Amino acid sequence: MKTIAQINERIKKGEAVVLTADEVVEFAEKNGVEAVAKEVDVVTTATFGAMCSSGAFLNFGHADPPIRMTKILLNDVPAYGGLAAVDTYIGATECSLSEGIKYGGAHVIEDLVAGKPIKLEATSPGTDCYPRREITTYLTLDSINQAYLYNPRNAYQNYSCAVNTSDKVIHTYMGTLLPRMGNATYATSGQLSPLLNDPYYRTIGMGTRIFLGGGIGYVAWEGTQHNPLANRTENGVPTAGAGTMAVIGNLRGMSTEFLRAATFTNYGTTLYVGIGVPIPVLDEEMARFVCVRDEEIVTNVYDYSVGRRSRPSLAQVNYKELRSGQIEIQGKKVRTAPLSSLAKAQKIADLLKGWIVDGKFTLTEPIMGLPKSRVNTPLDIIGPDEIPVEEEEEIG
Amino acid sequence: MAKKRVILIFPAALTEEALVYKLVRDYQLAINILRAKITPGEEGRLVMEISNSTEKAIERGLDYLRSHGVLVEELGHEIRIDQDSCIDCGACTGVCLSDALSISAPDWKLKFDKEKCILCELCVSACPTRSIKVVF
Repeated sequence: MKTIAQINERIKKGEAVVLTADEVVEFAEKNGVEAVAKEVDVVTTATFGAMCSSGAFLNFGHADPPIRMTKILLNDVPAYGGLAAVDTYIGATECSLSEGIKYGGAHVIEDLVAGKPIKLEATSPGTDCYPRREITTYLTLDSINQAYLYNPRNAYQNYSCAVNTSDKVIHTYMGTLLPRMGNATYATSGQLSPLLNDPYYRTIGMGTRIFLGGGIGYVAWEGTQHNPLANRTENGVPTAGAGTMAVIGNLRGMSTEFLRAATFTNYGTTLYVGIGVPIPVLDEEMARFVCVRDEEIVTNVYDYSVGRRSRPSLAQVNYKELRSGQIEIQGKKVRTAPLSSLAKAQKIADLLKGWIVDGKFTLTEPIMGLPKSRVNTPLDIIGPDEIPVEEEEEIG
Repeated sequence: MAKKRVILIFPAALTEEALVYKLVRDYQLAINILRAKITPGEEGRLVMEISNSTEKAIERGLDYLRSHGVLVEELGHEIRIDQDSCIDCGACTGVCLSDALSISAPDWKLKFDKEKCILCELCVSACPTRSIKVVF
């Protein structure tokens, strides 16, 4: 048994034993899980994938005379105008009015981080206290007051594998899917993925300090669609996209190496976000969790040509099979391709490990854990008198 | 071994001639057809790699095609990957049926084998960071 405080003491003294989630698997194969519990203090996990539910809050500062911006464009991409006078939120998937999905909110964020000037255009009906009705100016990440990433849903704990059984090519957020199951795509970093190494959220929660986009960030809340009650295998690993987290972090200090805009053809723009989460090896249970291997992580193969909320699962495969480049679905051999960058995830896990070993990054006790039981509800199309009444729990 | 990649444009009247067969039989050229679009009665296009021990032999074969009204163009375009913007996600490998683009353990860096590329260009739109371009 170790506490986070004890681990932090060891980090400060330069004595902490830190391994990446890949390295700890090898360590356990040689020395056993008990040795992991005894000898390893921290395991670093990471992912670098397309995360649509991402965006940034910005505060521009006031012009003279001041303006209460209601319609806002950043490099011709609409940003939210429903906050205070010069506050906005720019979402990753918002598209440019002139360029469509070639350039979106994600690109604005990447350009900000790259230090490029961004064109701001805003209008307002004008008020007594904010008389200005329009403004056109340029800003950079350094010239504005606040700029912080706030991503409502990142780092999905496991995710589906996608195929297309139709007769034509389809373009999806899971990439280009060839007809008649010509390929299969998958999106998590497997045994390196943060929430797959802490399947019941024992150490990850609100306030957990993380690597975010090349800088420092924090887990802010449970992510939207957080679904801890998803099906799990015996080792606790969910077989579908279960837990998620909302993350926050200063854009200053991030780098375009770990925060990258992308466009999925016929779909839209999105942001590739690099996230690294340190997992403290508190006891044998946590040691078992961080030793999870690709072959123990199973996901479902879904047919993305079915345009419905519930798609049929065609097969279950594990990440070792997915990583081999070929899986078998209903007797057919199908080529596989990743969508999230394992090379970047490995680099993030290594970087975070280095920060901890050097004593530059200590662990945090979560202020509040991610919920362990919460039902994820669908959206039904109903009238105002059809709202379901919540069943009251029986007492006694 | 001499090698050449060419685009052959056949006039509509020629699409039913067994010209490629003659290239193999009479000119002893090894033919690897990379792409083909041939519809009887319409102009046809063939992208192929031709090899033989000498360049001269290849030229003789191409001259034979030209003499029959085939337009022979050297394949001047190729796929180029911008290493600075590529994030090694691997999305392009899913549509690369010729396995020119590949990604695998242990480093999971994207690899491109130009020799295997058949210029289908499916990877161009499959790349999320738009790092793959056709250059002429």
